Amino acid sequence: MSMLQLFRVALRALAINKLRSALTMLGIVIGVGAVIVMIAVGAGAQRRVEEQIRALGSNLLLVMPGATTAGGVRMGFGSSSTLTEDDVMAINRDIPEALAAPALRGNAQVIWGNANWSTAIYGITAEYLDVRQWALASGRVFEPAEAASAAKVCLIGSTVARQLFGAADPVDQTIRIKRVPFTVIGLLETKGQSLMGNDQDDVILMPLSTARTRVVGSASAAKNRSIGTIWVKAVDGVEPAAVEVQVRALLRQRHRVQPGADDDFSLRNLAEVMAAQEASSRVLALLLAAVASVSLLVGGIGIMNIMLVSVTERTREIGLRMAVGARTRDILGQFLVEAVTLSLIGGLVGVTLGIGAAMAIAAFAGWHISISPQAVALAVAFAFVIGVFFGFYPARKAARLNPVEALRFE
Amino acid sequence: MLIETRNLVKLYRMGDTEVRALDGVTLGIGKGEFVAVMGPSGSGKSTFMNLIGCLDRPTSGEYRLDGSTVSEMGASQLAAVRNRHIGFVFQNFNLLPRTPALENVELPLLYAGVPKKQRFERATRMLQRVGLAERSHHHPAQLSGGQQQRVAIARALVTEPLIILADEPTGALDSHTSVEIMALFQELNRQGMTVVLVTHEADVARYGRRLLRFRDGQLVSDETQRPVAAVAVAA
Repeated sequence: MSMLQLFRVALRALAINKLRSALTMLGIVIGVGAVIVMIAVGAGAQRRVEEQIRALGSNLLLVMPGATTAGGVRMGFGSSSTLTEDDVMAINRDIPEALAAPALRGNAQVIWGNANWSTAIYGITAEYLDVRQWALASGRVFEPAEAASAAKVCLIGSTVARQLFGAADPVDQTIRIKRVPFTVIGLLETKGQSLMGNDQDDVILMPLSTARTRVVGSASAAKNRSIGTIWVKAVDGVEPAAVEVQVRALLRQRHRVQPGADDDFSLRNLAEVMAAQEASSRVLALLLAAVASVSLLVGGIGIMNIMLVSVTERTREIGLRMAVGARTRDILGQFLVEAVTLSLIGGLVGVTLGIGAAMAIAAFAGWHISISPQAVALAVAFAFVIGVFFGFYPARKAARLNPVEALRFE
Repeated sequence: MLIETRNLVKLYRMGDTEVRALDGVTLGIGKGEFVAVMGPSGSGKSTFMNLIGCLDRPTSGEYRLDGSTVSEMGASQLAAVRNRHIGFVFQNFNLLPRTPALENVELPLLYAGVPKKQRFERATRMLQRVGLAERSHHHPAQLSGGQQQRVAIARALVTEPLIILADEPTGALDSHTSVEIMALFQELNRQGMTVVLVTHEADVARYGRRLLRFRDGQLVSDETQRPVAAVAVAA
C-alpha cells in the first residue's frame, strides 16, 4: 500500500474512535503547546536581552595592557603599561573600520563644599563618548583646545553628581580633585550597571592630557604616553570579530611581538561577554524544554498504550487483512502511520494552541515573545519522532500476529 | 491438479503434549471442483484449510498450488499467494466495520497495488455479481447477515483467485439464507470456480460434488456425490 493509502486507512481508524483519539492526542497537544509557548517566551526574553546588550555596545572591543613577567613572577593583566596613545592613533589611522579611544584610569578623592567622594577618574579623548555611546544629560563636552592645554575641566557621572551635589546642578561648579580645582562642564547621562555589575556612573571623565598631568600621571607614564585601556568600536555593519583580528595584528606588529609569542596586551570582544549572558538565558530555555519533553514523553506513552489496546481490539481485522494479502510490512506500516498520524495531528493542534497561548501571554502580560518557524518545525518534528518511537512496538506486535490465530481471536 | 498435497503433517505443541492436528494427508483437487470437507471439531479440517489457504505452513510434507511448491515459501511470498490466488469466506464474514461494502470488496486489490479506478470498477462488478450493486455504499451494520456474506464473497472473488476457501460460510446464517449462499457457491462453481467448503454440517456438505471426511487428523473418506441443487430447495 502507498503512504497515502496508509494515511487514509489510519484516518478512518482514528475517526471511528474520535473521543479516544482526541484524548490520546491530548498529551502530545499539551507537550507541543508547552514547547511552543516556552520557546516563544524564552526566545522573546533572549532577544530583549540581546537588544539591551547591543544598545550598550556589543560592537566594542576592549584592549588592556598585557601580563608582564618580572624575574619569573607573572604579574597579571594590567601590570605593565604596554599601550600608548600612539597605538590609539595607529588604530584610528590604519584601520578604517575601527574607532579607538584611550582611557587612562586613576582613583581620586573629590571634594565639593563639605561633601567628598572617592571615585574613578578617566582621562579620555573626544572619541571616547562616541565609542561608548554615551551622551550628556546637560553641559558640554570639552573642546580640542582644552584637551591640548590640559585644561582643568571634567564631566561627571550621575552617581558622582548625586553624591557630591545631591539635587543641585553640578554644571559650572568647581570641584577639587586631589586638591586641584576643576570646573564641571557636563553631566553624563545615566548608563546603569555594566555587564560585570559595576556602576558605570560612578566616574569622572577629563581630557587625557589633564588626567596625566594633574591626577594619575607618573613621570615615566607621561614620558612614554602610556594609557590604561583602549576601547575600540567596530564601525556599523562591520563584524567586531573582523576588527578584532586587525587590531590584534596591528598591535602585535607595533609592539614587535614575535610570531608564536604571547600578546603583550589582552583583547576582549564584548560580543563574547554577551554570548556568556545569552548562555545563561539558554540554560533557562533548556530547563523549560526539559519540562516540555517530559510532557511529550508522557504523551508518547499514552499513544503507545492506546495503540496496544487498538491492536488487541482489532486482532481479527489484522487477521483478515493478512488473509487477503497484507504482508508483515503492510500491517506494520498501517499501525505505525496511525500512531504517527495521532502524534502529528496532536502536534499541529499543539502548535496552534501554543501560538495562541503565546500571543495571549504577550497581550495580557506584556511579555516579549518570538515565534520562530524553526521552533514550530522542531516541535512538529519532535511529535513525529514520538509517534514513530512509541508507535513502533504496538505496530510490530500487530505485524507479528499469526494470521490463523488472529482470525480465530474472540 | 490445482491443489496437490503429499503427506501433509501439522504438529502443535500444547505445553508438554504434542498434538498431531494433521497426520499425513495426501490428496489432489482439480480445477473446477466443488469439494466439501467434513469432520467433527478437532478432526483437522480447519488445519487442512489453513494450510491449503497458505495461512499456515505444514510441519512436514509438500503442498503444491497450481504447480508451485507453496510449502517452501516465506511469509511475504505466502501473503502474495493468498492475495492473488485464494479467496477466503469466513463464518463471521470478517468485514471491516464502518467501512462501505465497496471498500470492503476493494481491500484485497489495495494490497495487490491495483490503481484506484480499476479497484472501483472491479469491486463494483463483483458486487453486481453477488447481487448487491445497489448496496455498495452501505456499511456492514446496515446489511443483513446474508448480504454481509455476499459482500465477503465478492471480496473473495475480486482478485479472480484460483480457489474459494469457505470456512463454515453458513454457520452464522439462518437456514433460508444459508441455502441462498450455497446457491451462490454452486453458481460460481458452474461458472468454473474451484470451491473448497469446510463444514461440520452434513446438510451443507451435500451441496458439494465431492466429499472429504476428516477424523483425528487423517483423511478417512473421499467420495464423489450427486450434489443437492440449492436453487431447487430455495424455490
